[in-house]
Amino acid sequence: MVHIMEKKNKQQAKEEQYLLEVKGLKKYFDVSEGWLKKEKQYLKAVDDIDFYVKQGETLGIVGESGCGKSTTGNLIMQLLDKTEGEILFEGVDLSTLKGEALRKKRAEIQMIFQDPFSSLNPRMRVFEIIAEPLRTHQAAKGKKLENQVYELMEVVGLDRSYARRYPHEFSGGQRQRIGIARALALKPKLIICDEPVSALDVSIQSQILNLMAKLQKDFQLTYIFIAHGLPAVKHISDRVAVMYLGKIVEITTKEKLFHQPFHPYTEGLLSAVPIPDPTLREQKHRIILEGDMPSPANPPSGCRFHTRCPYAQEQCKGEEPKLIEEKPDHFVACHFPLKEGHGVLIDQ
Amino acid sequence: MTEALLEIKDLKTYFHTENGVVPSVDGVSFSIKKGETIAVVGESGSGKSVTSLSIMGLVGSPGKIVGGEVLFEGKDLTAISKRDMRKLRGNDIAMIFQEPLTSLNPLFTVGNQISESIKLHQNASKEQAKVKSIEMLRKVGIPRPEKVYSSYPHLLSGGMRQRVMIAMALSCNPKLLIADEPTTALDVTIQAQILQLMRNLIHENDTSILLITHDLGVVAEMVDTVIVMYAGHVVEYTDVYTLFKEPKHPYTKGLLDSTPKIHELKDELQSIEGTVPTPGSITQGCRFQTRCPLASGKCFTEDPELKEIAQNHKVRCWLHEEGEVAI
Repeated sequence: MVHIMEKKNKQQAKEEQYLLEVKGLKKYFDVSEGWLKKEKQYLKAVDDIDFYVKQGETLGIVGESGCGKSTTGNLIMQLLDKTEGEILFEGVDLSTLKGEALRKKRAEIQMIFQDPFSSLNPRMRVFEIIAEPLRTHQAAKGKKLENQVYELMEVVGLDRSYARRYPHEFSGGQRQRIGIARALALKPKLIICDEPVSALDVSIQSQILNLMAKLQKDFQLTYIFIAHGLPAVKHISDRVAVMYLGKIVEITTKEKLFHQPFHPYTEGLLSAVPIPDPTLREQKHRIILEGDMPSPANPPSGCRFHTRCPYAQEQCKGEEPKLIEEKPDHFVACHFPLKEGHGVLIDQ
Repeated sequence: MTEALLEIKDLKTYFHTENGVVPSVDGVSFSIKKGETIAVVGESGSGKSVTSLSIMGLVGSPGKIVGGEVLFEGKDLTAISKRDMRKLRGNDIAMIFQEPLTSLNPLFTVGNQISESIKLHQNASKEQAKVKSIEMLRKVGIPRPEKVYSSYPHLLSGGMRQRVMIAMALSCNPKLLIADEPTTALDVTIQAQILQLMRNLIHENDTSILLITHDLGVVAEMVDTVIVMYAGHVVEYTDVYTLFKEPKHPYTKGLLDSTPKIHELKDELQSIEGTVPTPGSITQGCRFQTRCPLASGKCFTEDPELKEIAQNHKVRCWLHEEGEVAI
């Protein structure tokens, strides 16, 4: 009895340290054509995914276009209604909250968008943009509000004198700083970053990545970093989830994932990233994945990756693999996880 | 080695706008040998795309080539007639663009668009052109080329469209292929397919390639020689191994240091402060002065020249005026 109690406590302790937990999350979009057809057709953008995010860590979500990574971010943000599953933020299912309670919780989750050009209202001045969330949530007003906005601008490296300017007067990197300041305004616990650096030049990307890392340390933030660019994800993340056609195929710490991936898709994805060192040109283990990503409206049967997988066998066509913990803290959804998968890390 | 296939001398392409003259490309010189792959690297506004358009004679109003020469096999392309340029374009020099959807005509079938240039440049009949087009589609790895031949571009995926563009560009066996960010719009596994395809084609046909890109990873994997551009100037020009090992210009070094290294577990990112200046805003001194950590004295008053500091290694920086300097 004591034993069971202990186990239960342990379980509870484990759950408590998760800031966010996603269980069996699904999002189907109705794409039926014609009103005579009886059968509905669905695009399964996110299809039964589970993961958790610990307090203070960065979880990277990578995958190619159409894999469902942005939909996942939008679902957590409650910008889209889920079809099924649970999104637990500090143990509370966000979809069960209504009215004031939801508004309060929502302030604790913020988002940074990919396109700094379209995510800032062109008719608002920088000051108003950053002040808006503070006003909406009645977090501050008057002189206090003003001070907070200036403080936020300073934190993200924007000069105070810019407060009266409009977004079009800024470069891409500076606009992204404005977006970050806005996201920080309500002192959130979790920030969802959807491709925050993809639209920026290389030298500006590193400025934003460094700024994000600094803010995380200073404000004990937790990030979900959604991107297709693996180098940036590897740089900033603690753990990484790889998505393919609406499923998580592998999720583990970045060291394990980039050193020795278990899933053939992860291996192919890593191998596809060009390494910025010409001396490694010849010794690189190159795996070229054939074909295109199938349409998520009509995914392949069984394992969704079997049409492009170089190691696919008969079983893969019929039976869908589940995400299981192959090694401690290393989850993979594959019938035949790689024993000696090739990573990209070069031992120094 | 042999004589240069393409030689650009002091090319100047300026845009005449309401707010004055914008020198997008300002005195750029480089050359490409036969079979060589060369990359022009730079961030937005560096003038890399305008350089490629200038070579192709495709700079539109208000832009204009105001000086310099583009010598292709000894012939100055800036001086020849439009008619002669049309004969060259698509035949001897071909180009692939970044966005394969907008560079294919949505109203014509894929086959129609590929055979157009074959018919035009090689005096082929309709049937011959079709046979050749299908052969090219097969060569670039398109499954069921006969079917794709008669499809419209919107039916194809991004990777397939880029393959069609490559098939079209290579259909007349060009001597020079200009690829402007050919894989930037593609997913990474598709990018790997296209790069592999380009590598094979270079090998088979001995085509020279001018690759315009911002991705240092692609540069490291693909090219022999690199030209780094900043604000309309060439700031460094050397072979790919030297560039990654011993960059001499502070901008090149900054660019390398701000690139996340996928193959290293711990990668500290150094960033370059500030933003790329708008073209024409810096009128005095080195154009990198506003962001350079090492700028001093002369940098603010005089513009350095592109100078050869070692064999096949040119740098535009005052630091190297007096010889070797570690940066």
